[in-house]
Amino acid sequence: MNASNSANREDYILQTVEVSKYFGAVAAVDGLSIAIPRKGVTSIVGPNGSGKSTLINLLSGILPLDEGMVIIDGLGLRVVHAHETPDHSITRTFQEVRLFNQISVMDNILVVLTTRGFWPSLFERSKRRHREQAQEILEKVGMWEKRDSLAMDLSYGQRKLLEIGRAMALNVNIYLLDEPFAGLFPQMLERVKDILKDMRDEGKTIIFVSHNMDIVREMADHLIVLEDGKFLLSGEVENVLNQPQVIAAYLGT
Amino acid sequence: MLSKPPGLRQILELFRNPRGAVSPSRGNIELWANIVILAAAAVFMLVKGATFAVTLGTVFAIWAMLTVSLNLVVGFSGLLSIGHIGFFGLGAYSVAILTSTTSYEQLRTGSIPTFGWPFFAALPVAVVVAGLVALVVGIAFNRFRDDIYVLVSFGFAIIAFNVFLNLRPVTRGAFGIHDVARPQIGSWVLDSELELMLLALVLLAIVVGISWFIVSSSFGRVLTAIREDEQVAEVFGYHVTHYKLAVWVISAMMAGLAGGMFASWTTFIDPNSFILLESVLLVSIVILGGLATIWGSLLGALAFVLLEEGMRFLPGLPQEYVGQARQVVLGVALVLLMLFRPQGLLGRFRL
Repeated sequence: MNASNSANREDYILQTVEVSKYFGAVAAVDGLSIAIPRKGVTSIVGPNGSGKSTLINLLSGILPLDEGMVIIDGLGLRVVHAHETPDHSITRTFQEVRLFNQISVMDNILVVLTTRGFWPSLFERSKRRHREQAQEILEKVGMWEKRDSLAMDLSYGQRKLLEIGRAMALNVNIYLLDEPFAGLFPQMLERVKDILKDMRDEGKTIIFVSHNMDIVREMADHLIVLEDGKFLLSGEVENVLNQPQVIAAYLGT
Repeated sequence: MLSKPPGLRQILELFRNPRGAVSPSRGNIELWANIVILAAAAVFMLVKGATFAVTLGTVFAIWAMLTVSLNLVVGFSGLLSIGHIGFFGLGAYSVAILTSTTSYEQLRTGSIPTFGWPFFAALPVAVVVAGLVALVVGIAFNRFRDDIYVLVSFGFAIIAFNVFLNLRPVTRGAFGIHDVARPQIGSWVLDSELELMLLALVLLAIVVGISWFIVSSSFGRVLTAIREDEQVAEVFGYHVTHYKLAVWVISAMMAGLAGGMFASWTTFIDPNSFILLESVLLVSIVILGGLATIWGSLLGALAFVLLEEGMRFLPGLPQEYVGQARQVVLGVALVLLMLFRPQGLLGRFRL
């Protein structure tokens, strides 16, 4: 596992140990062991079908692990339950944006902010504190004016932003972002970049999947390259991108 | 568009600004649905007189309890259940069995125990029985979603009907149960139609109140999120199965309450009141009135009751065809609505 083996375990906030996921006979993720540094932005790259999205789905409990273990901030898990990921300080966005479509933009954020538990939530009406927090987040992602629209009526870029806002509302430490930059117009792209940079500066761990090497160069500190569900390379972005095998086989630039 | 639920406010607005009603806007269908249905109810009652209006009120209250409670499950939580009538039946049978004092020797199944409980002691039991059965059924159903959910809830309605029909030592089968007790408070027996209507409306108010309390809370917002995307709600820390189970049980308890009221009102029940068709009608009314709106469910139930009772008086329509004609009209209305207004008259959500 490259130079990372020599580093202290404490430096890694998220690790996978020999993780596998099979779809029928095909191993989408195949004995994968990676370690994601606590500090900075990590990008996961690799050709289509290399297991990037599957990895995110495994880490967020959307798919069950077939083999192996995930270590989240020192806690080893063989089963990751999706509804427990916020307790492990993990949240995510989806490659194909998944919002709560037929409720308002405001409610999409409020649903993440409001009190948990059956009785407390049943007796809670809209609280000013939650509304203010939601306003702050919606202003950050530039969606405050759209607060009363249904999420389904937003443009693609707005949906992407709202999804990132919803993840921010959970206020956790680890953000798994599946293709956060895909399909965005330049203006929206800059906005997403700025949001993620702010989050990084607040000390959040950001892990994102991307195909765009220019963005990876700009945004990421660390790079993990996957191939056929297996680990290929990892390290500092420039070091990895300069490896001949990466240049030749996958990235083309 | 996400406006406030329509209702009286919009009708008042009509008086302030009469032109608003004819100018093209998206709220117009909702406004006209309100006006037409409420006006029809008023005209009907005026023409047919007080006695009829009172009966109509009771039937409306019972149907409305069912549609409002079903909307919690279908509209707010996105679980398309067509087994709701089963819980209605459980409530009705609980009250009937516990309160009836008539034993049936002709069944030749030995002597059937009679309990002779007062109505108000039996009603909470009916609610609890419906809730407990819903809990067990719900735990089994929780692994299903979408189309499959429709099928398994369909299965539940069938099973419930067959239990009512065939568990004769308890339900007295096709003979039905006579002499269900009327509600009694102290020495005051509520046995006039007016008293029964008032009680039914009080129970309806309780059901509406609880439903409103749920859907306007943070809990209710989570339900709508689960309806939109279960998996994402899960990722944001909500144990989806618990939420779905909770609302399912609450809704079933409301249906049980309606069933108890129904049994006492008719004083006689048999399995034919709890056939699958009634369940399908219920779902149709909920969709017609609009998913995820309590007012829509009330209005839907009112429209349905008016339609059902009103067709009795259509000139040239023989009495024996009224039942079938009602289904045809409702079916056509549903098809038209799905074509032109898939969210229902006052809907906030499309299936």
